[in-house]
Amino acid sequence: MAIRLKRSDYQKMLNHAVSGLPDEACGLLGGTISENGDKVVKAIYPLTNIDHSSEHFSMDPKEQLASVRDMRQNGWVPLGNFHSHPESPSRPSDEDKRLAYDKTASYLILSLQNRTEPVLNAFHIEGGDAVQETIVYDEA
Amino acid sequence: MIITVSGEKKEYNDGLTVKQLIEAEEVESPLYVTVTVNDNFVKSDEFETALIKDGDVVEFLYFMGGGC
Repeated sequence: MAIRLKRSDYQKMLNHAVSGLPDEACGLLGGTISENGDKVVKAIYPLTNIDHSSEHFSMDPKEQLASVRDMRQNGWVPLGNFHSHPESPSRPSDEDKRLAYDKTASYLILSLQNRTEPVLNAFHIEGGDAVQETIVYDEA
Repeated sequence: MIITVSGEKKEYNDGLTVKQLIEAEEVESPLYVTVTVNDNFVKSDEFETALIKDGDVVEFLYFMGGGC
């Protein structure tokens, strides 16, 4: 299983994370699941981090609801979410693992620790264990 | 009564509470789910008493948060 992500959507995610500094940024991924199980991202939904913190994030539930409805209207499903780590590596923290309640979701973490070389990784988190997932970048 | 749950029309008996609906829909990690009824957020301590009515639109959301 891989996550297929358009370069333009990656850029949108990165822009959201950079513009949110010094706080963590967050958002949702909507799209389709292909026959081979790949998650094909069709849209990135940048959401507000209502914690307004550089060390924590909580997604705005109203924006979350609006995003899920938009996905539904487009025939998409929620595929997962993303958040940034402004000063730490692209790996789930203990808190990320503890708060990962949705085992069907992919958890993408964008590290801005090195501002000139952002790092994006994806994880499946279940029962406190994180397994890295493959991200395949598509042009467009 | 007919209600809409996560975008799908469903039929349930009258007198259904939010808690009963969570159980009937087999929502995963129910302790961490947020529920809206007609776009109004239901407090978790009201799940056992809040009644769903005919025509209501219900959504389940997972809290999404973390830290670095």
